[in-house]
Amino acid sequence: MALDQIVDGLSEVSCDVLVIGGGTAGPMAALKAKLKNPKANVVLLEKANVKRSGAISMGMDGLNNAVIPGYATPEQYTKEITIANDGIVDQKAVYKYAQNCYKIIEELDSFGIRFLKNENGDYAVKKVHHIGTYVLPMPNGETVKKALYRQLRRARILISNRYMATRLLKSADGRIAGAVSVNTRTAEMLVIKAKAVILCMGAAGRLGLPTSGYMFGTYENAANSGDGYAMAYHAGAALANLECFQINPLIKDYNGPACAYVAGPFGAYTANNEGSRFIECDYWSGQMMLEFYNELLSGKGPVFLQLKHLHPDTISEIESTLHKVERPTRGLFQQGRGVDYRSESIEMHISEIGFCSGHSASGVFVDDNARTTVPGLYAAGDMASVPHNYMLGAFTNGSVAGIDAMEFADNHDFAEFDAADVAMERDRVMAPTRREDGIPPNQIEYKTRRLVNDYLQPPKVTRKYELGMRRLAEAREDMQVRMIARNAHELLRALEVQSIMDCADMAAHASLYREESRWGLYHWRTDFPEKDNENWFCHTLLSKRDGKMTSEKRAVEPYVVPIADDEKDLYDKQRIRASA
Amino acid sequence: MPLASYQTSVPVVVDDAKCIADKGCTVCVDVCPLDVLRISDMTNKAYMAYDECWYCMPCEADCPTGAVTVNIPYLLR
Repeated sequence: MALDQIVDGLSEVSCDVLVIGGGTAGPMAALKAKLKNPKANVVLLEKANVKRSGAISMGMDGLNNAVIPGYATPEQYTKEITIANDGIVDQKAVYKYAQNCYKIIEELDSFGIRFLKNENGDYAVKKVHHIGTYVLPMPNGETVKKALYRQLRRARILISNRYMATRLLKSADGRIAGAVSVNTRTAEMLVIKAKAVILCMGAAGRLGLPTSGYMFGTYENAANSGDGYAMAYHAGAALANLECFQINPLIKDYNGPACAYVAGPFGAYTANNEGSRFIECDYWSGQMMLEFYNELLSGKGPVFLQLKHLHPDTISEIESTLHKVERPTRGLFQQGRGVDYRSESIEMHISEIGFCSGHSASGVFVDDNARTTVPGLYAAGDMASVPHNYMLGAFTNGSVAGIDAMEFADNHDFAEFDAADVAMERDRVMAPTRREDGIPPNQIEYKTRRLVNDYLQPPKVTRKYELGMRRLAEAREDMQVRMIARNAHELLRALEVQSIMDCADMAAHASLYREESRWGLYHWRTDFPEKDNENWFCHTLLSKRDGKMTSEKRAVEPYVVPIADDEKDLYDKQRIRASA
Repeated sequence: MPLASYQTSVPVVVDDAKCIADKGCTVCVDVCPLDVLRISDMTNKAYMAYDECWYCMPCEADCPTGAVTVNIPYLLR
């Protein structure tokens, strides 16, 4: 039978711990859960294929936030991340990450992933952040996924590829009971009962529309359509600070990193059309992005990443990393444009908006044990709320989640869910396949994401948001009653559009709730242009209550590492001063 | 509402002479994060069935015979 043909089917399996998402955090969570209790069943569910899924599909060029003894301390790192996020940080989780991440680096090293060392055999850590030194290059970074996969096979983790989770199941008393999923090539449905579930489903990277107009030309792996945020939301979990968007400085049109973290330590820098620096620090913060945005609009743009002043050998070294790891088609792209880093600077632009704690501070709310607000439900990686996490944060917090989730599974029996919930979800999932006539998912997706660009991307204007929400509601109506899926692959896209629509609604709702400006460009509200610490020095938590989207304030936990008054605004001073 | 098909030039190109999908190989189809590659019923060779490419490269990198080439999608070239 031909692939993609729709098959009617529903089966049920069970496991102790279900990990959804096999990118970065997921494999580590599954591995740690299994090692904690080798007798338990751990299932790793993946929409694509664990071998090549997620943000690190083609590897990673380095660690952006390595806290390595002798170079940085957990206290210093916690302070830096707190300041970079305008103070809205529960430090306990950041501090725990900073304490644990070195162990994880050593573990990754034992998996065969190499990190750059100097002639003395010490890790060769580089400085990119404003204050501390945390960037560690990975000379064989293209092997990350393969190394992880070997560990998963060795530990006998049950891997189910090409299954997209669609909704979480809960018991009447609110505990997690499992998940519903659908095979992306046959549309057969699979219910997975589990004692604990860990969401590692990546960023919401298909939210804004890239300026190229190519829907899959996103910064994030385009498979990361925000399914985890939507699932957590519909399960009643709280989501934190979603108004703190992800917006990144990227190679124009190519829409991938240039990358300041790779090239910066060698002497490359961001410059305007006059060849002048205009930002103090290339670390991706909201304040830096605001200066980038201002420069583009000032008439001093375009903005470039400047490499050509460097020694040819240095440029070759940077080039070999950029063209081999993470996004290797960068080389092909530059070749097509006739750009040689030795003679020409790299034209940069601003990415579409998304949700991603890897580079910002939003996500499914988790505590320092990666627990969400739903008992038995965990989250880690780009979709969980620990800020500025990057790849090492996904590994480290995935590890925390795996261990804690297995402990939860060891102490709880299966929670009972209502069979009617499965039947209802099956109807929702299959609805687009049961219509004879209607609108294909790609058109609904394009329109939704075009509306996100037109109305939701910063600067955030209240009136525009109100109009945008009306337009999105109309698109949602079309999605719910007219969208069609003619084969299983199109059904996958139809389900993804529903996640994208939910994320767009959440982005709008969360942004309107916080009546101030914060995090530079990420949450710049023109109607409330100032930071308002008196009323808004707090997290915002968005959740579904009685079927409705609601937001509330949550106090920032008392700091573990104190921040002095004169340190608080270090990231606010990103623009280079004209005079001393 | 009637539907029309929309023509696009796809970024992933497979060299049929090198592709061994007819011998049972499915590597490129297996690894694609966006699941856009398929084996043709007519030629038994791999091809890009859906223009939903992240130009990420696993299909090219993992192909055992070097049959797959990833190009930059035209819109952003």
